[in-house]
Amino acid sequence: MAVQDSVIQPEMEGGRPSILIRAGNAVRSGLALILKTNTGRVAFAIVLVHLLVAILGPWITPYPPTEYNLPERFSGPTAENWLGTDDKGRDVLSRVLAGSRSIVWIAVAGTILGVTLGTIVGVTSGYFGGKTDQIIMRFVDWFLAIPSLLLAILVINMSRQRFSDLDESWLVILTIGISFMPNNSRVIRSAALAIKPLEFVQSARLRGEPTIYIMFREILPNVLPVVAVEAAIRLSFALLLTAGLGFLGLGVQPPSSDWGLMVSENFRHIGQVPLAALAPGMAMASLVVGINLLADGIRQAQNLPETGG
Amino acid sequence: MARFLIVRIALIIVTLLAVSLAIFSMIEFAPGDAATVILGQAATPENTKALRERMGLDKPPYERYLNWITGALRGNLGIAASGKEISGIVPGRLFNSALLAVGAFLIAVPLGLATGVLVGVKSDTLIDRFLTLGGLVTISLPEFVTGIILVLVLSSTLGWLPSSSIMLPGETIIGNPQVLVMPILTVTGALFAYILRMARANVIEVMESNYVRTAILKGLPMRTVVIRHVLPNAMLPTITVIANNVGWLFGGLIIIENLFAYPGMGSLLIQAINARDIRLLQSTAMVIAAVYAFSNLAADLTYGWLNPRVRLA
Repeated sequence: MAVQDSVIQPEMEGGRPSILIRAGNAVRSGLALILKTNTGRVAFAIVLVHLLVAILGPWITPYPPTEYNLPERFSGPTAENWLGTDDKGRDVLSRVLAGSRSIVWIAVAGTILGVTLGTIVGVTSGYFGGKTDQIIMRFVDWFLAIPSLLLAILVINMSRQRFSDLDESWLVILTIGISFMPNNSRVIRSAALAIKPLEFVQSARLRGEPTIYIMFREILPNVLPVVAVEAAIRLSFALLLTAGLGFLGLGVQPPSSDWGLMVSENFRHIGQVPLAALAPGMAMASLVVGINLLADGIRQAQNLPETGG
Repeated sequence: MARFLIVRIALIIVTLLAVSLAIFSMIEFAPGDAATVILGQAATPENTKALRERMGLDKPPYERYLNWITGALRGNLGIAASGKEISGIVPGRLFNSALLAVGAFLIAVPLGLATGVLVGVKSDTLIDRFLTLGGLVTISLPEFVTGIILVLVLSSTLGWLPSSSIMLPGETIIGNPQVLVMPILTVTGALFAYILRMARANVIEVMESNYVRTAILKGLPMRTVVIRHVLPNAMLPTITVIANNVGWLFGGLIIIENLFAYPGMGSLLIQAINARDIRLLQSTAMVIAAVYAFSNLAADLTYGWLNPRVRLA
């Protein structure tokens, strides 16, 4: 539906407001939609706290997150260590706070990479059609035939050994990007297919515009709403995948304070210091719950009868 | 129906061949040598070369791929780094994983459907709001968080169940059913919440339809309306959604098996990666992909059986 709306106003060079103003308007109307329902307001508060921690993380940790303090190990909550310490005496609260930035950055960057790759493949496949489309989509089908976590595990196992000098968080970002690409390209391809037969694309072809121009100046702007929705849906998957890989020991490596990694390191001491495993788990849960509630709130707001436009 | 089945199985075989090629190249593409991994400290240039020849590693990649595939079709998956036959390890592990998945399905599907229909019929009551929000939270929880909470409650606090599924050599799951409970409950948690939400949403939609309104207005008792009109129509979309999410269940199983050290395919996969056991990794990944393909087929068949309109695909 969003595609149809933007199609009504074809490209007007010079006549349309600058990208900054349009982005500002989009943010403002998005925020109004979010704050319309109670669910949206609660979700917004949760996500905002997480974003603040992700930005301020390194400056607000009471202790250095990777510093060992063996005499204080396995401590329960105290006035000094609000959430206690882990098996190496590291402050759990500091580690949870520091871990926020890493997971948010990895998930956001991975989603952007996956959606970008998916857009390139999807728009190409949808625009060219015919044989090209069939071949590309057959490949996509084959990758979709592998369960997504298994695909991610195989990709990260391969890239870790192939690009061993690459920074670990980039490895995870690359993995998320590659394993999201097949799914994203499917969705974006069908949006591109819907745009292709429209008049303004046909007239650009008749004008003799180069293929690249048509794909990225005529079709791409009109599939962007679909791309944005796809990115939003994928973000919570990316967070879960990042934490899952960390938990399996395949993501970011020790001594980093990745939440998934913290859970698997501290799970074996759960009898002694339950908070050390529970706290990063809860942080992870509240972030994903916040994002899913946000989506729910927007959905509710759009169903309200008074929403005219 | 027979034709549909034949076409689908032929498609699956083609897909699995492509998947096997993808898995093989993704693992081949990584440097490292199975022979050096097996020999470890004892590796000398001579015995490495001898083992490489015995394992066929000196042959070009396409020949190794063909050997692997033709061997796999005859039930011979080669030898793991531990020296054991891979085809001797996999069936037991596969059985354990299947126990987990089937157990969770048998609990979550009927319970989720029943609760979903119940709150869907009485939507906007207090219990409905509670279950809807609780369901959203449960779905959002990563599997390892659900697992931690269950361990803290059932194992650390109440002491009812063991916190891990580690068993002594020689022990089997069937002999120690208590190790199954915690992993099954963890899988069930999210699955139950998910099915509940889907069933509820579909029931609410059907309740607003004209034919249900007609049924109520012509004086049918509410029980009959729900059983005769609402249930059949709300079930189909719900089952589609469940079927489409088999892949997600597979991912969850990998995480949960590793959390509880449960001896299934998911933990075998991670063991193979940590041991850099290329052959074991290849075969484990391939078996998981094959099971996935056939569970998707099973889901489609169930759907076709329930909805005659899609039978002629």
